[in-house]
Amino acid sequence: MHMSDALISPAVGGTMWAVSGGIITYCARKVKDSLRDNLVPLMGVLGAFIFTAQMINFSIPGTGSSGHLGGGLILAVLLGPYAAFLVIASVLTVQAFFFADGGLLALGCNIFNLGFYPAFIAYPFLYRVIAKDRYVSSRAVVAAIAAAMAGLQLGAFSVVLETKASGMSDLPFGTFVLLMQPIHLAIGLVEGLTTAAVVSFVARARPEVLPTAVATPAAPVRLKPLLAGLSLAALTIGGGVSWCASTRPDGLEWSIAKVTGKKEVAKPRGGLHARLATVQEATAVLPDYGFKPPETAAAKPDKPETSGPWPAVSAGTSVSGIAGGLATLLLVCLIGFVLKKRHATA
Amino acid sequence: MGFEAWIEVSRMDELGRQDTPVHRIDARAKTVTTLLFIAIVMSFPRYEVSALTPFFLYPLSLMAIGLIPARSLLKKLFVAAPFALAVGIFNPFFDHRTAAFVGAAPVSGGWLSFASILVRFLLTVSAALVLVACTGMHRLCAGLGRMGMPHVFVVQLLFLYRYLFMITDEGARMLRSIELRSSGKASLRFRAYASLVGHLLLRSMARAERVYRAMQARGFDGEVRILHPTPLRWSDPAFVCGWTAFFVVARCWNLADMLGALMTKGEL
Amino acid sequence: MNPPVVEVRDLSYAYPDGTKALQGISLAVGPGEAVALVGANGAGKSTLLLHLNGYLMPAAGAVLIGGTPLTRETAAAVRRAVGMVFQDPDDQLFMPTVAEDVAFGPLNAGLTPDEVERRVTKALERVGKSHLRERPPYKLSAGEKRAVAIATVLAMAPDVLVMDEPSSNLDPRGRRRLIEQLRSFGHTRIIATHDLELVVEVCSRVIVLDGGRLVAEGPATVLLNDEALMLAHGLERPHILRHLHPH
Repeated sequence: MHMSDALISPAVGGTMWAVSGGIITYCARKVKDSLRDNLVPLMGVLGAFIFTAQMINFSIPGTGSSGHLGGGLILAVLLGPYAAFLVIASVLTVQAFFFADGGLLALGCNIFNLGFYPAFIAYPFLYRVIAKDRYVSSRAVVAAIAAAMAGLQLGAFSVVLETKASGMSDLPFGTFVLLMQPIHLAIGLVEGLTTAAVVSFVARARPEVLPTAVATPAAPVRLKPLLAGLSLAALTIGGGVSWCASTRPDGLEWSIAKVTGKKEVAKPRGGLHARLATVQEATAVLPDYGFKPPETAAAKPDKPETSGPWPAVSAGTSVSGIAGGLATLLLVCLIGFVLKKRHATA
Repeated sequence: MGFEAWIEVSRMDELGRQDTPVHRIDARAKTVTTLLFIAIVMSFPRYEVSALTPFFLYPLSLMAIGLIPARSLLKKLFVAAPFALAVGIFNPFFDHRTAAFVGAAPVSGGWLSFASILVRFLLTVSAALVLVACTGMHRLCAGLGRMGMPHVFVVQLLFLYRYLFMITDEGARMLRSIELRSSGKASLRFRAYASLVGHLLLRSMARAERVYRAMQARGFDGEVRILHPTPLRWSDPAFVCGWTAFFVVARCWNLADMLGALMTKGEL
Repeated sequence: MNPPVVEVRDLSYAYPDGTKALQGISLAVGPGEAVALVGANGAGKSTLLLHLNGYLMPAAGAVLIGGTPLTRETAAAVRRAVGMVFQDPDDQLFMPTVAEDVAFGPLNAGLTPDEVERRVTKALERVGKSHLRERPPYKLSAGEKRAVAIATVLAMAPDVLVMDEPSSNLDPRGRRRLIEQLRSFGHTRIIATHDLELVVEVCSRVIVLDGGRLVAEGPATVLLNDEALMLAHGLERPHILRHLHPH
């Protein structure tokens, strides 16, 4: 689910950078103010632990594929939302730096998609609510699965929104969603089961490291905050990102039109999806966004304004363009080679 | 991502600690330039391919002067490619409008945008990897801190990085001991995985406590202070300005087309 | 006799789960003395050490460093006076480079950058590892890690050096270097160790713990040579003394 730079527009990337940067700053202050200075080594070590846990795979019987712990949820259980978000962000940063697992421009998106939902939505509103502090029970398993699935669904959906808002992909919104959501439902199930297994292991061996219902601030037990949180998240993503998709307003409204027109995505896959679909409808009638008539999947919507009129696209159309492109590459490689020779012997 | 992947981290770390003219450029200058690079590359309209080619000069010249071997970079590009390709590959299926002609043959917009995505992928990923390989984690994090990244987060990155090698080492040892006892199966069963991860987690938390003890013993008061780094030199702003000028020129004028026009005119 | 630098009076401590770790320990160490703390595993050595730099507070009894009793208020000052080197160097080397690790203590003490730099250079020279300044800790050998860990503590200019199993995991050469270093330090040294041969070479006095109690105390060569005493408390007579006649 790590997004690459090649599919992100600077506008979307920059916006999500601002959002994630703001959350990081906020969490950093919260951690500092908590005066728990033993968090410094603990966060670092747990980040390294998550990294390692992601490198080891287990086989999923019957599918021939393998899975591993993602870790967002378990970090939230062990550290609380603020510290957990920072740890997730740090793991993603190192992955981007060293493995090109996710781009630098897209890092803001990735931190938000993979960090915000598990730490601030799934953990407080689902896991804590369902499991309370009974970490070794079937409640805990249900809680972990529900939280993991919800977190991943929201994250995957954000990926779709961010990609479409960037306008690099022609994949229709509906198809994209149909590709992303079911896969991440399965991944969410695996993540939930794995998290529950590790949490119960820790609860049996060292119960004092897990928060009790009394020690930590009371989590809301009602359903309303859960729905409020999810709606807020969806509105933020839907509204905020679509506001910033200034380069491609048509793309997003076209996909919104597709959603409302075709009703494929509105298939209820649990209350979550229906809710998000209705919220999408709500954002579709926000001011500044017209309501384009639905089109079929085969036809491509016009994107006239920003690309310039069609005939003027000069992406290597003529022979000179192609020759120029190849020659430039050759020239650049030659320069690189010469520089290397000079500095290797220097 | 298997365990051999963390060997890559170790190798990148070694590359980052070299001493070349590129390594001596301030981390902030390199970071700003790389981010500008990525933003400008991604600001091109979606069908642009040839105009992107001059941009390869940035990562390639840094690699050459910074003594970064191309092979390790290529390997990483290969591994990181799937997601971008998986999404981009759909473009030719959905975008059939003819956008260009190669001689007399029409090329659909879908293929052009896909090619553009590929080129952008190569550019952005190599720029990011080169940034890290030419700077090293320590200098990079210190630089990010001086550019406004919250100190708590900088410290978190440094600690994660410090203990990454240790914990992956421990994990590898535990994995090996399990593998030796389980008749040569390729992947762990779920129970074995959960148990391994659970144990690793407990050991990690115990280590964190011991580290905290050691930190307290040396007067830790909640603030991790980093030594004062070297000041900026003239080469640092020169680096940023020079490359930015090149990026802007390459963005506003299609240098590849110009070169090609020169060549074909010469031939004709 | 000089006033003791480290004094423990009737110290008792029990873990949260109730196990009595220390029962009525009393001892005194004079300035410049090198004292060894020996005992079987679980005898209470580590627990006692953790009291000496204020990590643990006595449940009963008192710990005095340089005459100052250890309390929560004085803990910070005590930590400046008592430098502790832990068993696993990887737990103490947590900064990106050796220089940063050695500078950690002085920086926390609020010294100026120049003074910090002086301390770092001096400490690394003292352990003979100046060339490792810019090395990251994971690239060090066990012996180098141990030496650098000691340097991180020396940089704080403590009055007392407390060490927990300093020779563990060292190869013979590393161990020899460590022994030479320990002999050359002028600090008051308290060393908890299983390495009884090291004790004979470095320490003048030995304190034997068993089951949380202090069961014997005296000159190293005398106590360690007492085979019956050693065996009674889960230890043995070090080889190096087998050729010495008790005198």
